[in-house]
Amino acid sequence: MLNFIIRRLLVAIPTLLILIVISFFLMQLAPGGPFTSERPLPPQVLANIQAKYGLDKPLLHQLWVYMKGILLHFDFGPSYQYKDRSVNDIIAQGFPITLKYGSISFVVAVAIGVSLGVIAAIRHNTRLDYAATGTTFFAQSLPNFVMAPILIIVFTWQLGWLPGGGWNGGQWQYLVMPVIALSTSYFASIARITRSSMLEVLNSNFIRTARAKGLPERVIIWRHAMKPTMMPVVSYLGPAFVGMITGSVVIDRYFNTGGIGASYVNSALNRDYSVMLGITILYGGLTILFNLVTDVLYAWLDPKIRY
Amino acid sequence: MGMVHDIDRVDRIAEKLAEAEQIKGRSPWQDAMTRFFHNKASVGSLIVLGLILLFTIVGPYFAVWSNEEIDWDRMGDIAELGRPSIENGHYFGLDDLGRDLYARTIQATRTSLMVGVIGSLVAVVIGTLYGAVAGFAGGWVDGLMMRIVDILIAIPYMFVIILLLVIFERSLFMLFVGIGVLSWLDMSRIVRGQTLSLKNREFVEAARAAGVGWFTTVRRHIVPNLLGIVVVYATLLVPGMIMTESFISFLGLGVQEPNTSLGALINEGAGTILRGTLWQLFVPLFFFLTIIISLFFIGDGLRDALDPKDR
Repeated sequence: MLNFIIRRLLVAIPTLLILIVISFFLMQLAPGGPFTSERPLPPQVLANIQAKYGLDKPLLHQLWVYMKGILLHFDFGPSYQYKDRSVNDIIAQGFPITLKYGSISFVVAVAIGVSLGVIAAIRHNTRLDYAATGTTFFAQSLPNFVMAPILIIVFTWQLGWLPGGGWNGGQWQYLVMPVIALSTSYFASIARITRSSMLEVLNSNFIRTARAKGLPERVIIWRHAMKPTMMPVVSYLGPAFVGMITGSVVIDRYFNTGGIGASYVNSALNRDYSVMLGITILYGGLTILFNLVTDVLYAWLDPKIRY
Repeated sequence: MGMVHDIDRVDRIAEKLAEAEQIKGRSPWQDAMTRFFHNKASVGSLIVLGLILLFTIVGPYFAVWSNEEIDWDRMGDIAELGRPSIENGHYFGLDDLGRDLYARTIQATRTSLMVGVIGSLVAVVIGTLYGAVAGFAGGWVDGLMMRIVDILIAIPYMFVIILLLVIFERSLFMLFVGIGVLSWLDMSRIVRGQTLSLKNREFVEAARAAGVGWFTTVRRHIVPNLLGIVVVYATLLVPGMIMTESFISFLGLGVQEPNTSLGALINEGAGTILRGTLWQLFVPLFFFLTIIISLFFIGDGLRDALDPKDR
């Protein structure tokens, strides 16, 4: 197992490095530097500013400094638009918020998705199954940017139950809508995957043997069928995680939760490249880490995988 | 006597056999078509999608206003005067700037459908070629090509697309490039897996043993068997592409004015709900959801039709 984890790490680390290098060079391709403005700065001033940020050095040197900063000190450098804030400040301010509602959404999506899928599979071809399948089919086509305005219309505007946005230290009233908006399409996908996987497992020979032995249904489902059922679900968790991370951008923007996604969009609109780069790399690193975790989980679930 | 009678009968049977038409074989594709058209949800969705397509073509002929005209008389009080109405020609109402939402919706639907189809085509072409080459080649070439995919797939691609859009100009073309170039990865994995399993099957071996050339084997035996899974996956890619584009446009980073897409319209509508102009949200939302749900149903139907083992 340790061997397997090490081998996976050997893929993960170059992935992260490639991500950093690609994003870094993409930014260099951008027309105009970060200090190009409508009224050009006097060349002397521009040279001074560039010297301050180390932009006068050769590209490879800049890349080296940048990578060293991230990997050794977790330092993403300064923001070029906000003189008094570094990219680290921006991340430190927004990331805990995104992490909080993001992880809650993730847990909610997995919990609801798996239970709904299992119930639908156990009660295959009953009304309950049809209801669950129908619900998940439609919920699947409700991405976060569709859910967000609908939720505000229903809960804030019509019913007046929940505040239409803000964070307020993460009180539950402020969490409900972001979590629902973010998790809807994913719980639906997870439920559909779980259902079809469970149905396949329940039709397999070893379950028939367990039934023939006279094991109670409860034991069959939980002790025998659950583990193989979860395999395709676990392999979907990676994409789901990426989707939620991406979706947090919409949540932060629409619900004003103050998370990191809002900074991302603002930096994209302001061409604040270092902030964009920093957040992209942070999210990329998280994704890579998460994929590593699911890979290990998968190897544990599936004895056929050699490690 | 008996002998003669028997000969007669033999002749008759021989005649019948000669006359009788050969029993027509049905190709797996015809089977699949039959299965698909027996699926009510898929056929219904196909019709709905056809109607939407027709609407984007015929719709403009019924438009009273163009998508760029501003209705100065009504723009002062859009919440009241800008409601959808048949009489003044704004069938879907006005948008926040006083432009006709009917014309804008047609324009947006066109953009979204185009992004979906072209983005998927790019993904299908690149993904199929890449996957097929990796699968055929096998060995270290396959290993290397798939490691590259492993690495690329771990990158949250939405951020890369946005990066591309911000760095280069925000044009439709760049959006196509960004979405298409980064979404072929799953396709290549699927095609590679299928190619690998086809390559060593008995009928391919039989073809090779019979002396069939390399190219003919690929064309006659491999491609038709790949096609099913490619078609199914491509159909499911289209709604994904439309969602991706809408997501980016919802953030205000996608298509730029005066062009628009369903995501951009949903964004505009979502921004003004508190003024009570709900039609600005619900009209584009209706088109968006109808397209996405129909495409999901069609994809599901195609999967059931082309991949019967899954039923």
